[in-house]
Amino acid sequence: MENQDVIYGINGPVVTVRNSRSFSMMEMVFVGKERLVGEIIGITDKVTTIQVYEETTGLRPGEPVFGTGSPMNVTLGPGILDNIFDGIERPLKKIADDSGSVFISRGSNVPALDPDQLWEVTVTAQVGDKLAGGDVYAECPETKIIRHKCLVPPSLSGTVTKVAANGKYRVNDTVVELTDAKGNKHELTLCQKWPIRTPRPVAERMQPRIPLVTGQRVIDTLFPVAKGGTAAIPGGFGSGKTMTQHQLAKWCDADIIIYVGCGERGNEMAQVLQEFSELIDPKSGRPMTDRTTLIANTSNMPVAAREASIYTGITLAEYYRDMGYHVAMMADSTSRWAEALREISGRLEEMPAEEGFPAYLPSRLAEFYERASYTKNLNGTDGSITIIGAVSPAGADFSEPVTQNTKRFTRCFWALDKNLAYARHYPAINWMTSYSEYSADLQDWFKENVGEDFLEYRRQTNNLLQEENKLMEIVKLIGSDVLPDDQKLVIEIARLIRVGFLQQNAFHAEDTFVPLEKQKLMMKVILHLYQKSRQLIAASVPISSIMQSGLFDKLVKMKYDVPNDKLDLFDDYIAEIDNTVAEIINN
Amino acid sequence: MILDYIGVKEINGSLIVLDDVENASFEEIVDIRLDNGTMRQGRIVQMDGKRVVIQVFDGTRGISLSNTRTRLRGRPMEMPLSPEILGRVFDGSGRPIDGLGNIFPRKRMNINGTPINPVSRVYPVNYINTGVSSIDTLMTLIRGQKLPIFSGSGMSHNELAVQIARQAKITGADGDNFAIVFAAMGVKNDVAEYFRRSFDESGVLQKVVMFINLANDPIIERTLTPRCALTTAEYLAFELNMHILVIMTDMTSYAEALREFSSSKGEIPGRKGFPGYLYSDFASLYERAGMVEGKTGSVTQIPILTMPNDDVTHPVPDLTGYITEGQIVLDRTLDSMGIYPPVGVLPSLSRLMKDGIGEGFTRADHSALSNQLFASYARVMDARSLASVIGEEELSPVDKQYLHFGKLFEQQFLTQRHNENRTIDQSLDLGWRLLSTLPRSELDRVDDAVLNQFYNPETAAKDPNELDEEENGTTNN
Repeated sequence: MENQDVIYGINGPVVTVRNSRSFSMMEMVFVGKERLVGEIIGITDKVTTIQVYEETTGLRPGEPVFGTGSPMNVTLGPGILDNIFDGIERPLKKIADDSGSVFISRGSNVPALDPDQLWEVTVTAQVGDKLAGGDVYAECPETKIIRHKCLVPPSLSGTVTKVAANGKYRVNDTVVELTDAKGNKHELTLCQKWPIRTPRPVAERMQPRIPLVTGQRVIDTLFPVAKGGTAAIPGGFGSGKTMTQHQLAKWCDADIIIYVGCGERGNEMAQVLQEFSELIDPKSGRPMTDRTTLIANTSNMPVAAREASIYTGITLAEYYRDMGYHVAMMADSTSRWAEALREISGRLEEMPAEEGFPAYLPSRLAEFYERASYTKNLNGTDGSITIIGAVSPAGADFSEPVTQNTKRFTRCFWALDKNLAYARHYPAINWMTSYSEYSADLQDWFKENVGEDFLEYRRQTNNLLQEENKLMEIVKLIGSDVLPDDQKLVIEIARLIRVGFLQQNAFHAEDTFVPLEKQKLMMKVILHLYQKSRQLIAASVPISSIMQSGLFDKLVKMKYDVPNDKLDLFDDYIAEIDNTVAEIINN
Repeated sequence: MILDYIGVKEINGSLIVLDDVENASFEEIVDIRLDNGTMRQGRIVQMDGKRVVIQVFDGTRGISLSNTRTRLRGRPMEMPLSPEILGRVFDGSGRPIDGLGNIFPRKRMNINGTPINPVSRVYPVNYINTGVSSIDTLMTLIRGQKLPIFSGSGMSHNELAVQIARQAKITGADGDNFAIVFAAMGVKNDVAEYFRRSFDESGVLQKVVMFINLANDPIIERTLTPRCALTTAEYLAFELNMHILVIMTDMTSYAEALREFSSSKGEIPGRKGFPGYLYSDFASLYERAGMVEGKTGSVTQIPILTMPNDDVTHPVPDLTGYITEGQIVLDRTLDSMGIYPPVGVLPSLSRLMKDGIGEGFTRADHSALSNQLFASYARVMDARSLASVIGEEELSPVDKQYLHFGKLFEQQFLTQRHNENRTIDQSLDLGWRLLSTLPRSELDRVDDAVLNQFYNPETAAKDPNELDEEENGTTNN
């Protein structure tokens, strides 16, 4: 073929082609004889630039480049859940089985969804139905707990002219034929393709009003995130970003979890795989993997695929949202993704902005986080995507560009603190520097579902922590002995809140997930102790006698001692506080 | 047909540029013969049509525009491997320097390796008993883990690495099937010699493969050294099913070599002049640790790096910490107090520890003990900083107890002789004896059941100086 396009230059993952007019921007291409996957990222009249998603060692100038005519896309259909993909939706399990090797070889061209697996399909459309984009035409149980709904591609609408009988089908079998207004026939299979960099359309974006309940006290109580919201978890290494992400993925009340391991550790992904298949979801009694998809692009896998993994993840999330599910997407870590941008930008010799990051970093971050939303879908259902992105600031310095820009586009900021982590206070979310802009939006929900007192307790708890922070400034200078007893009490109660309430043990069976009701009652008991102790101090009882009563030690351990299903035990605590206080007064 | 390309087009630092090269491939290895008969090796690092940029491993000293003949090898850099490689010594780019001749390879492997498929990884849970209390108890090393030592110049990281290598015991079956791959990058001759001698003295030299790139060896070779070492480790672990401990020192020199090479290529620098891809580059090394399905072998890494100016936020320790599964941080203050090993407990961490300790691995109380030790030692630091402001006398009684605990912890728990090999039981019991010096109500990280079993003020650790005084007191009476 004479006008075939061939490789001209190679520099790491960046490959150039000269004098070609056949490619379009963001088109997916196959590079070289091994057909490595790549994407067009720059076109001039002389040079076309391609970023290659695989190792380029051994490529030669002169090898062919094949266009595909379509942008980088993912296949959407049953089989996504309970699966693990790389950054460009290649199934890693299948690659391992096919190659028989523990290493990832190049150019493995495996379809994203298993083409041979049979699904028990119920075709819901009938001949003569008018379907528009987003409408459901067939359903199948994808896992034991999630029903997969096949949606008409958003750009398509028309009348159903043929349907298949209910039964077992493969992903590429046609189940419905749709004739559009122009009389063109479209065959709808169980799957469809969607370009990863284009958000899937929705009917309407709505205000997030429902919290994503995570069972983590510091998050649910102090810094709640809404379904359809965005949250950032910044923290230096070892401060527990990944641990927090894992806890949220395990316990949050979303229907679907998309976990993107973006440039992180291989052993961590192995751990997620193992833990999630062993963990049983308390609500459904099924393994967590039944509602989870993992996208694993570990730090040593090609950097360009790392850049794509975030978009692959969010596109899968949007697909399930369109079915009417609440999806939570964890991205660990967006800094690695930003670094992939920087690396490729450097190879393209673009003019760098702050710290070598490309000038378009903020706009890319904004594009990504804006894909989180609570929506009315095209088919009338409600769905949401919550994005929780970890940020790994260089040198744990929050003033670096990725953290700063992420802060601008997310509404929850759970700042992890090195000193808390050093003292093994987990989750190491610093209550002074973190914030949530959703608190106000979610007030009504909390009032209705947990009770108005929850908000009041939260306010008091927060105030005590703030006050302690002020007092600690003084203590650091002159020691705590000089403080009056009522201020000492604040410090002791705040310590109780920190150790007994904010600190949560992810490895303790009762403490790893705590329902909102228990969170409320724990605060209630602690604040009750505070009120009673204040009365004692007002009656000139020395604080030491309150401290020696054993109440504080008992309350610190109530998170372990009160099982999640026996919340009436908290009444005993209130009674004990009252009795003990009465005793102290009598003495 | 084999073609020799005569002369070069450009020379820039360690890079040479050739024009009109036919049929070259990216990252291919080339042989460069100088007119005076010496041979050098290089690697293609960039290609634009027929113009190729070659990185010369031994440097470009003596190369002119006309005195070279360059020949393409037709394949990327490979490491010749065979079981006989154990006990051998190589230079930084994998050529034998022990005078025992070339390796007769059973296999050649690309030194860049290929990423391990995350689904084929086995999550590591078997702990390695290093015999060092602080590490075993507080940052347990797990087989298949990468746990770096963050140190500074002049501190005893080398001694610690040797002690770990000598004492490391793997629990479970085939614990003897154990070997060490040692990669020295830009280290002083004395340091390389110290390691060699220590391995010799402990009688493990026949189980060690050494790759030595000294401080005055070419920097381009230095960028290959860890790759040769890890390729060897992967071969031994995944082909011969051995348990391999890889010690790499000093990662800071490696990163600096990479920076030098990057700037000679004219790349846009990132933080502190290091190339923007330093993270990915580190990851391509560190991620080669692990265990995989279907093989019984494992690769465990202990990279050592010296933090310039003891700054943990310097790009090298910072990026390393983001990739590795924890870190052992050595502390200058402890070191100057004469405490060996000077493990700074609070910033140190082992991420894989939580699943490798406890019932069935070490002991049921391990997790509670280590949590409490961390928490209590953090309180010691608070008490000390308060004492430095208001004086020790003014501290509350509890804070004074913490000071006392801190002192004992450093003197008895952290401090260890170079050849002192403590069992896990000894270390854990010592930990409880130290915690028993504190009031029981202060131990808020531990369940009552565990406290009932292990908390015992009667067996609490004592300050030897105080003991002496008491004893002296009795004799005087």
